[in-house]
Amino acid sequence: MANKEDLALMAHLMRRAGFGATRTELEERVERGYEETVEELINYEAFPPVDKSLLYRYHPIMELPGGASTPGQANWLFHMINTKRPLNEKMCLFWHHVFATGNSKVDNCNHLVEQIEMFRDHGMGNYRDLLLHLARNPAMIFWLDNNENHKHAPNENWGRELLELFSLGVGNYTEKDVFECSRAFTGWTIGAKVPRFPYGRFNWTFEYRPEDHDFTEKTFLGRTGNFNGEDIINIILDTEACHKFISRHLYNFFVADEPQVPAWNIEEPRDPEAIRVLMDSFVGSNFEMKPVLHTLFNSDFFKEAIYQKVKSPVEVVVGTLRLTKDLSGPDPRIELTGKQPGYMGQDILDPPSVEGWYTGKEWINSGSLVKRVNFVADRIGNLELPGVQDIVNRISSTDTVMTTGALVDRCLDEMGPLTVSDLTRKELVAQAESGGPVSVSEDNNGVFTQRVAEMLSLIAATREYQFG
Amino acid sequence: MTTAQKPPVIVVLQLTGGNDYFNTVVPFDDPNYYDSRPTLQISQDKTLKIDDKLGFHPAMGPMKEIYDSGDMAVIHGIGYANSPRSHFRSMDIWHTCEPDTVGTEGWLGRSLRDIDPQGENPVTGVNVGQALPRAMVVPGVSVASVADLSTYGLLTGIEQADQRTKMLERFANMYGPAVGTGQVMDYLGQTGIDALYGADILKMAPERYSSNVEYGSTRIAKALRDISMIHQADLGTRVFYTQYGSFDTHAAQAATHASLWNDVSTAVSDFWDDLKENNADQNVVMFLFSEFGRRVRDNGSGTDHGAAGVAFAIGQNVKGGMYSEYPDTRPEALEQGDLVPNLDYRGVYSTILEDHMGLDPVPIVNGQFEQPKFIGDTN
Repeated sequence: MANKEDLALMAHLMRRAGFGATRTELEERVERGYEETVEELINYEAFPPVDKSLLYRYHPIMELPGGASTPGQANWLFHMINTKRPLNEKMCLFWHHVFATGNSKVDNCNHLVEQIEMFRDHGMGNYRDLLLHLARNPAMIFWLDNNENHKHAPNENWGRELLELFSLGVGNYTEKDVFECSRAFTGWTIGAKVPRFPYGRFNWTFEYRPEDHDFTEKTFLGRTGNFNGEDIINIILDTEACHKFISRHLYNFFVADEPQVPAWNIEEPRDPEAIRVLMDSFVGSNFEMKPVLHTLFNSDFFKEAIYQKVKSPVEVVVGTLRLTKDLSGPDPRIELTGKQPGYMGQDILDPPSVEGWYTGKEWINSGSLVKRVNFVADRIGNLELPGVQDIVNRISSTDTVMTTGALVDRCLDEMGPLTVSDLTRKELVAQAESGGPVSVSEDNNGVFTQRVAEMLSLIAATREYQFG
Repeated sequence: MTTAQKPPVIVVLQLTGGNDYFNTVVPFDDPNYYDSRPTLQISQDKTLKIDDKLGFHPAMGPMKEIYDSGDMAVIHGIGYANSPRSHFRSMDIWHTCEPDTVGTEGWLGRSLRDIDPQGENPVTGVNVGQALPRAMVVPGVSVASVADLSTYGLLTGIEQADQRTKMLERFANMYGPAVGTGQVMDYLGQTGIDALYGADILKMAPERYSSNVEYGSTRIAKALRDISMIHQADLGTRVFYTQYGSFDTHAAQAATHASLWNDVSTAVSDFWDDLKENNADQNVVMFLFSEFGRRVRDNGSGTDHGAAGVAFAIGQNVKGGMYSEYPDTRPEALEQGDLVPNLDYRGVYSTILEDHMGLDPVPIVNGQFEQPKFIGDTN
């Protein structure tokens, strides 16, 4: 059996580079080794993609949700729960945090589903290519109004957010740069819109219209020329600000919570050396994402960051579903479950604005904490779920008699392994003791399994369990 | 300080996304308006006339009635110098009163700390919405954040009542102060305790509520109804917050802006009718703001991020009318194509804090600013 440190480190890797794993999977992976697991996560092409045809056969609306975001959210949730390519899927979430696009305005969830699919195809490729795909992505064009960005009437929305939120960060460009950047993307638009009624939502495709592109000279970040959009992206990639911005995003998402993004030009990173290492890798690989992820997951700063992040609502929901082996196939409940992250403050495919979400401790307020605790406790305490039955069986197979303390420790081990403060452990033990001595053999009436379920629910309610 | 007997209450309604000032209070007498709005102009006969120069957006009928009754202040040209025109940053500036550095304390959070320094009541501040606004956040200050008042509570899945009570006791103990476990853990501890006790208190609100006003089905109507329930239950809540949007109308503004104002003004009007019917309106002031106004010139179908905006204050304790001035609309008077603010938002906060809430505004808004005098006994 795997030793506890190896198991804890593997659980950490799988929480961050994916959405957690069952104990069986963790033990198999420890057997194969940490570095080998990193390779498997990064070279995901060796594993089959999610079977979309199966999903769409049972839930046809999830392929083309139209104006409703709920089926689109459920589609993505299904991918996150069932993927054999967890890092690939986690990177989709990463880019959705950075390139936040919302159905509140797009009102065409088909194209948000398509945008996530684009992240699935290109999110672990080259960042330069990804920005180009993003600039040509119909949902993004409509979200940031580049279809309204004309030669004689520039619209700055995309131009500004490309610099502020997608590549450089506040403080690394001027208002003039925003304007010039916007001009360079004039004529990048989506195909002619057919009226929505009576035919339903139209299908958007990217179109470049030279007659609406401003071909006059532009000066952008100190360089002058007749720039088009692709030139702008190349100039952005030449700046250290861009390398730092993306590296810091990776650190904030995968390693440990940073201050909120708008503070980044004022507050230094908590680990400048780590950011430097990531920047070197990013530049050295000519902006390929796989090498920088390889560097990140094999670094000491990553391995030492166990439980240094507050779990995002998506991580809470998907992690719980994977642990309990719930919704692991088509299921009518999946649509409503797709809304759960939104109740906790992370409405996927519908972020509050293009700035995405405040992360870290900002995920927690008294309202969202109630939702998180209730969601996890309701499921981890449900003895009908196969993953919960596995946990109970493993615990009951070790000893026939155990101390109340041992019961608590076995449950904590199954929920992480999770380390808790003395204060928390004292209360968990008190809860265990209130049921009297633990006897596994008296299980005919379900007393033991019920006590385990209760303990798992209470652990889900702890402070420590809010970290991932 | 309000003359009403009950302690003063403020309700903040944030119009998220940047509300278009130019088409909210339309200067229909101004040729610059028509010149800069070739697509998005609202003709003079459609506006709801305030005087011979200005008129409300046609979808603001119910709020126009409040204005006509003398209970609404229109606060012109509100903003601050050097608007960054970014939603994120602008909203932070409005929430923290820190235009030059990134602030960590919200102005309403500081107000709550002054109102309830020991944090005795976890529902002194209540946000109705999914996520807590930065304006209410100050370390150590508890604010309840309620997405849906009807299903609020912890470990509601534990069916046996005595078992749940026991587990909630453990929960309370686990979230107690832990020594040296770090700032985030401390924050979590406080949040957990507040969630627990807040839920107990808020449970009472729907039970005590009855009203003949039928609200609409929009999100803002539902949020204001929840606020009304909590306010009328007399739980000691002094600061309410909610938001609605998105007012970020870069494109297709004409239809979107009208529908947003229709939702907001109807819900606001129903809210006041409800409070009045139940004799619960005297101690309340409602404040509506947006993070910035929008660009003067339209872009063919919408408007881009701008600077100066308009805010509204409503209540029996509000001296109705117009405050400050409409900014100069001549092209040469604009900055980067935007209306220039002529009234600092922190002065408007100060008026509310000092004249309505009875608090010292200087440490809350970080300084002294010109205070438009829109609060006071009007009877």
